[in-house]
Amino acid sequence: MVSKDPILQIKDLKVSFQSGKKFIPAVDGISFQLNEGEILGIVGESGSGKSVTSLATMGLIPTPPGKIENGELLFEGKNLKNISEKEWRKIRGNQISMIFQEPMTSLNPLFTIGNQLMEAIRLHTDLSKAEAKIRCIELLKLVGIPRAEGILKENPHQLSGGMRQRVMIAMAMACNPKVLIADEPTTALDVTIQAQILALMKDLNKKTATSIILITHDLGVVAEICERVIVMYAGQIVEHGDVRTILKDPKHPYTKGLLKSVPDLRGKKDRLYSIPGSVPTPGTIQKGCRFAARCDSAFEACFEGTPDLYKMEKQGHEVRCFLHKVEERSDQHVGVTS
Amino acid sequence: MFNYTVRRLFSLIPVLFGMTLVVFAIIHAIPGNPAQVILGQRATAAAIENLTRELGLDRPWYIQYVDYLGQLLQGDLGTSLRTRGPISEEVWPYLAATFELTLVAMLVAVVIGVNAGIISAWFSKSWFDYVAMVVALVGVSMPIFWLGLMLQWGFSIELGWLPTTGRNNVRDPIESITNLYLVDTLLQGRFDQFTTAIKHLALPSMALATIPMAIIARMTRATMLEVMKSDYVRTARAKGLRMFWVVYKHSLKNAIIPVLTVIGLQTGLLLGGAILTETIFGWPGIGRYVYDAISYRDYPVIQSGILIIAAIFVLINLIVDLLYVVVDPRIKYNK
Repeated sequence: MVSKDPILQIKDLKVSFQSGKKFIPAVDGISFQLNEGEILGIVGESGSGKSVTSLATMGLIPTPPGKIENGELLFEGKNLKNISEKEWRKIRGNQISMIFQEPMTSLNPLFTIGNQLMEAIRLHTDLSKAEAKIRCIELLKLVGIPRAEGILKENPHQLSGGMRQRVMIAMAMACNPKVLIADEPTTALDVTIQAQILALMKDLNKKTATSIILITHDLGVVAEICERVIVMYAGQIVEHGDVRTILKDPKHPYTKGLLKSVPDLRGKKDRLYSIPGSVPTPGTIQKGCRFAARCDSAFEACFEGTPDLYKMEKQGHEVRCFLHKVEERSDQHVGVTS
Repeated sequence: MFNYTVRRLFSLIPVLFGMTLVVFAIIHAIPGNPAQVILGQRATAAAIENLTRELGLDRPWYIQYVDYLGQLLQGDLGTSLRTRGPISEEVWPYLAATFELTLVAMLVAVVIGVNAGIISAWFSKSWFDYVAMVVALVGVSMPIFWLGLMLQWGFSIELGWLPTTGRNNVRDPIESITNLYLVDTLLQGRFDQFTTAIKHLALPSMALATIPMAIIARMTRATMLEVMKSDYVRTARAKGLRMFWVVYKHSLKNAIIPVLTVIGLQTGLLLGGAILTETIFGWPGIGRYVYDAISYRDYPVIQSGILIIAAIFVLINLIVDLLYVVVDPRIKYNK
């Protein structure tokens, strides 16, 4: 099902935020691509730069204090880096749209669901009010809201979190976007609703061929619906590959740690594994590998040089770790692979 | 909502009752005999005594109070000691004058204040923001009588553009129907007089608008800054909405609720009669009416005037509370 044509390419993206007089990088040289029709997962702890990456893809980095220092953003081969705000508006919500982490607060409390949905539709299409309304109902049914017509007249506070997130998804799907960025879409929801929302997204991906970037810190979610996964740490990609490889045979100590900290119902251990320490705050990053301080397998080289992304034997599997440089002994470094 | 409104209107009664008590007590604590003031310094003791009795001021205060309440319940605001006319009829032109002035002043204050606040928040830390906020700070800090005098000096005396005092041209008086001169002149098709009325309104309303405008601008800026960081504003931008609509539709409606409170309070204050401004600009409003009554020890006028002002204030607050419901669907009053 995955065709190999990239719809979105990000090359060497670097985003910094001003703090006092200094610019501190939140995302530091990220490159990846999203292929047509695929679901790509981006995982990492809070503060690893996932959300900043997605906001940059929408052209929504708040400037100031944010600043895109470097990098290219290619959407269907077109560089979005220097396009005007007007051109961005044509892309946002139309070709690339986004679902946010906080369904409870992402809808404007003072406007009806209908108003907010219609706005999204009529912004990018020439539909009349009546036609837009029909489309609204269609969308709400698509995301599994039973009494679609009634909900149009309701205000967000009358809906549950799961319902609101469905509305957000409907809004994001309003103009049949080519790319849908879902930034932790299920984090704020309870587990049963999570499963429904994920199933819905997978379904939409199949039905409409929308490519999805799913940002999460939940590896379970990734295992559920993603085809490829990127693991981020402290603003960098540390491991990248297809889901099965990463889940079964992770190479980077960080990925291994993440997997170990997933609770297992059948496990006998009474204490859940956790990676010692926490993600370094941007601006405090020392030289050497960014994970070295928390890494069980760190050795001298890790504290001195910065590892590149090294290719592994499996196609498309890359790891930013000196351990695997030693293994391979072939100094090939490829930034972007497909 | 209807029940709530009715309930709120009923709750006005104890408030107003309390007001009558307080006002009555304060007024009777003011030294000076109205009869003496009316008759002048040279009046004989007998004349003063006579008039005192005639006015019913020789009776004990509680009898006077009960009498007054009885009248009020019949809708009678009393008789002015000075003009001997019924207050409930006399007061209308004054109320209308204040109403017109307040309306124009608040319109100016809200339109300019809200927009200045929005633009300051939208382009925060820009030169516009700094200039607007400094101006607003100066605006709130400015003594209004001084501002009024400066406006008169600048626009009337130096430039000669606008009249210094009054509501209309004395040589070409406006025939009043509603006592709102802007409405009256339009109803009569007298556009020349309409312009005159506007010219007379310009300076006092400018003076009166300054402080509310400054407060509204600062308040709007603060709430807008808060709202513009919210998730739904990000959602609106992610839709591809123009920044103008993100600001004026999605942000403003959320930011306006606290501002509405301020607008209500300020309107109430201005309607209560801006005594200083009305005095400086010779504006025959309710503030002036009560002020003059105080100088003449015109007890009934003071009492009724303050009562009317209090009632207006409470009513404005009720209107603001009802407006919340219109703006915010989450607010419901039916219980």
